[in-house]
Amino acid sequence: MNNQMSVIVRTITRITYGLTIVFGFYVIMHGHLTPGGGFQGGAVVASAFALLLVAFGTAGLKGKLNHHLLQTLEEVGALAFLGLAFAGIGTAFFANLLANSGAVFGGAVPAGPNAGVLNSGGTLPFMNWAVGLKVMTGIASILIAMLIGLRKEAAE
Amino acid sequence: MIAETIIQVVTLLLIVLGGALAVWFKDLLSSIIALAGASLLVALEFYILQAPDVAIAEAGIGAALTMAIYVVALRRTRRKEKE
Repeated sequence: MNNQMSVIVRTITRITYGLTIVFGFYVIMHGHLTPGGGFQGGAVVASAFALLLVAFGTAGLKGKLNHHLLQTLEEVGALAFLGLAFAGIGTAFFANLLANSGAVFGGAVPAGPNAGVLNSGGTLPFMNWAVGLKVMTGIASILIAMLIGLRKEAAE
Repeated sequence: MIAETIIQVVTLLLIVLGGALAVWFKDLLSSIIALAGASLLVALEFYILQAPDVAIAEAGIGAALTMAIYVVALRRTRRKEKE
């Protein structure tokens, strides 16, 4: 079954999907500095994935990227978020252990107005990545489940 | 200030126009595209009202993902609305 779309849609998809994915990862990475965060960046990455799936169909997946794998990754994201929240349970739930500790994302922020330090925030960037992973794989698994059900229905 | 008000009024009128077109079209693919256009204009309105965070979420969810899911669902139904 040929479930691709027209050559115009496929050409535009080839040009834009890489830029969309890079912009989504930028929004997640700078979640603690600029507008946006894990949810918004994950939705942008998932929209690039939706563009690819709608334009090229599910034939390119070859059964390797099914919704079971994506659901597993989604649960990894949720558990990583909860684990980071429980890591500070000695002080309080969601306590920020890594802020100003000198580790990764543990840099100190200078006082006064500044443009924002990427190497800061403690556990917040890790939580943004966990939420981003959960959102992008969750929405992608919804789309793959819908398209695979469509293909099975068409084959019958 | 006057220019900002004019931009906001034009954007809101175009949102209403997009919603009305989504109801009026008999071709359902055109309806989906009109709905996505209205959603994109809602994102622009959020940006003008200084909520860029909500604007990114609206452009990602409302314009792109909703449109993709509607297009997928439309493949198993009729393209034209019944008269």
